[in-house]
Amino acid sequence: MKTAVRAFAFSLAACAAGAAQAEGELFIYNWSDYTAPELVEKFQKDTGIKVTVDSYDSNETLLAKLKSGSAGYDIIVVSSDFVEIFAKEGLIAEIDAPTLAGFPNLDKRWTGPVWDPDNAYTVPWNWGTTSYSVNTDKVKEGTDSLKLLFEPPAEIAGQVGMFGSPSEVIALAQRYLDMDPCQTDTENMKKVQDLLLAQAPAIKVYNSDGIIERQASGETLVHQQWNGAAMRSRELNPAIKYVYPKEGVVGWMDNVAVPASAKNMNNALEFISYIMQPENMALQSNFTKYANAVTGSEAFFEASMQGAPELITPEDVKVVFTPACSEEATQLMDRVWTRLKR
Amino acid sequence: MSAARGFDWRRTPGLGTFTALVFVFVYAPLVVLVVYAFNASNLALVWGGFSVEWFAKALGNENLRRAATNSVIVAVVATVAATLLALPAALALERGRAFRGKAAAEGLVALPLVAPEIVTAIATLVFFSAIGLRLGLGNVALAHIVFCIPFAMLPMRARLREMSPDVENAARDLYADEWQVFRRVTLPLMAPGVVAGAMLAFIVSLDDFLITLMVADAGATTLPVYLYGMLRLGVTPEANAAATILLAVSVTVVVVATLVMRRGERAVAA
Amino acid sequence: MSAALAPAITPAPAAPTAPGLAARTVTLLVPAVAVIVLFMVVPMLIAAGYSFLTAGAYGGVRLPLTADAYVRFLFDRDLDDSLIFDTTYIGIFARSFVLAVLTTLFCVAIGLPLAWFIACRERRARDALLLAITIPFWTNLLVRTYCWVLILRDQGLLNGALQASGLTSAPITFLYSNEAILLGLVYSFLPFMVLPIYAVVEKIDPRLIEAGHDLYAGRLAVFRHIVWPLARPGIAAGTLLVFVPALGAFLAPDLLGGGKKLMIGSLIQLQFTSSRNWPFGAAAAMILMALVLVGLVVMARRRGAGAPR
Repeated sequence: MKTAVRAFAFSLAACAAGAAQAEGELFIYNWSDYTAPELVEKFQKDTGIKVTVDSYDSNETLLAKLKSGSAGYDIIVVSSDFVEIFAKEGLIAEIDAPTLAGFPNLDKRWTGPVWDPDNAYTVPWNWGTTSYSVNTDKVKEGTDSLKLLFEPPAEIAGQVGMFGSPSEVIALAQRYLDMDPCQTDTENMKKVQDLLLAQAPAIKVYNSDGIIERQASGETLVHQQWNGAAMRSRELNPAIKYVYPKEGVVGWMDNVAVPASAKNMNNALEFISYIMQPENMALQSNFTKYANAVTGSEAFFEASMQGAPELITPEDVKVVFTPACSEEATQLMDRVWTRLKR
Repeated sequence: MSAARGFDWRRTPGLGTFTALVFVFVYAPLVVLVVYAFNASNLALVWGGFSVEWFAKALGNENLRRAATNSVIVAVVATVAATLLALPAALALERGRAFRGKAAAEGLVALPLVAPEIVTAIATLVFFSAIGLRLGLGNVALAHIVFCIPFAMLPMRARLREMSPDVENAARDLYADEWQVFRRVTLPLMAPGVVAGAMLAFIVSLDDFLITLMVADAGATTLPVYLYGMLRLGVTPEANAAATILLAVSVTVVVVATLVMRRGERAVAA
Repeated sequence: MSAALAPAITPAPAAPTAPGLAARTVTLLVPAVAVIVLFMVVPMLIAAGYSFLTAGAYGGVRLPLTADAYVRFLFDRDLDDSLIFDTTYIGIFARSFVLAVLTTLFCVAIGLPLAWFIACRERRARDALLLAITIPFWTNLLVRTYCWVLILRDQGLLNGALQASGLTSAPITFLYSNEAILLGLVYSFLPFMVLPIYAVVEKIDPRLIEAGHDLYAGRLAVFRHIVWPLARPGIAAGTLLVFVPALGAFLAPDLLGGGKKLMIGSLIQLQFTSSRNWPFGAAAAMILMALVLVGLVVMARRRGAGAPR
């Protein structure tokens, strides 16, 4: 019993020690497996700041946690469609990125995006596109259109995979139907619903995890996927091709921000400056296989990424970024998703 | 005697085979887990030869180590605290006198079992932030203690219910005081229930994902939360290696605990 | 409502026996009850309160008070905003319920013989077997579920073995089906059935069985009239431990079921995350809890009526 009390006291003390954040610490909260260990290591060596990386599974988890006031993180990574929400709710601090060292290194294409016009809150982390990949050994026809994914021919029925999250599935469906994202028009959403309901019998699995393996192993022949993940699939199985369809692709960008509750603001700013240096950001891209917004970082890419087709969006392919959807649009998406899976 | 008549109730025909099959079912995923931890290929589907490099990688992964340590601390604290809270409550409910509100108390201690985990997770998160409780890992441990209590208590109560109070009453007749009755009679007799309860509590704490994900602050990530992240990008042998290490550690702990317990019992018997 | 809960897991309490202990009954209960009230009941009340609020634009809740979340459960708004009866959510609940019942039945069917087999061994073998059955559950549930994916997938070990042995020529799709979900759920919750049953059958007095046999009872009769009645408290406890989490599970449906159909767990999860409708999620959770409680009351009544007094 005494041991138990001691163990309990010990653990509480250990926690308290963790809470008292000493100088020279940085708590990063990022998607799982989305922070390059090489980058963290180099940053620690160069600055002497001790970095701790925790991970979350979705923007929603991050939002729920920051909203509840808990956290203790100094750096978070937020998807573009969530940046406005975090800013509006006062959850991220103004960092005035243009004043930070390294900001001029950013590609002008990615500065001042719609979700953060003055880069007051964020700088880009990685960006990519959502489309689908196809096993070209088994499927030869129709690999130029989203039709293959949404209206699959009978031969590949039961071997098609989709993401597990409503927003990503519906966003790509809206691209196929050439609608704006975040529809609030019920007639249009009815079309989306009909499309997905008709597609459902051909779907083997709705899951955002493990796609690389499903595609590489041939368990699925056609699967909704991100470009960087498709590249990883191709490295395992050369027959996998990431499709840039004629209807266009859905774009996404993840952004680095500092929570309003950050305790190590200076270290956070130092980190942000650090990742705007080409040689540092390249470490991140090498790890995730996604493009970044720092000019000149390509020079430090590993050989396999130089000229990788997945990372080069053809000039004529439209990339549509999804904004933060309104409450109404979110509700409609929820309705479509529930009907799809009832 | 009964054996002589050809009826041994301890032996039911086919039950041995059945048990063996259940064990195959239960261990199949574990075998897969361990075998693939030694796979040289980084793809879970392809056997690329024997290798221990993933163990080196998992052991060298500082975040993974931290998460594992957190998990073990939380599970131990939650198990010990929940068992200590559940034991008197189980005694009171099974051996105590009826009193007003007893039924309510019975219902309350079972509440964590019937609450959907996702609701508990969200509610606990909101509650902790409302009262401004910031103990880091302590928050996680507190949340775990709560849902471990009924798990620890169920086997204890089941055991107490099956135990005749006669032995305890006999001890009282021999002028044993309540503490002596508890220490010398009740506790040894209900020991299997207590151990089963503690084991259950440990398992549910070690396994909990959702509540921990919601409640954990910076630096309080536990192993399930970390592994969840690792597995999102496919079953890597590193995750397998990490889980294998955890398995080896817990088996060692449990076996040692069992041996120590048995020696303790022998000492009592002597 | 909570008062009704207890008898379900517990048959009639033992008669008061120890006067000294009796005086301390309340004191002994206070710590556990206090911890649960503070860290469970209070947060649950907050969640119940949420279900009567309006969804915040980006998650969370705001005023005004409304019962919309509960209305939505049965009625859907048509395009012209009129209410129409809708069975979507009832269907989702029914599916989860059936799956949870099947999971519980399978767990009893496997757990009872297993617990009995273990209880019949010698002391040493018993301890070893009990340990052996719990060991797999020291590894993370998520990892184990992923291992089932590795076994069951098209190019997985099971298909590999079947094809190598010549039983099948093409891979059979085991994964992403209701059967796969059921297998995953039974696998996840089996020890929660075995341990409580073992705890009671281990205590069965061998003399009872020998007496039964002396009265010409066969194995089946011994099982029906001695083992089964005595094992029932353990089965009841195990059922509670298996049925409720199986009802709210979402890991197995997602990983092994391919996420094709919503279950209660995933529905609630969805409302608290991407659908950003916390009140509806809280309402679904409250309805789930209410159903569980009603089920427990019915169970308790039946047992109360059937028990000899």
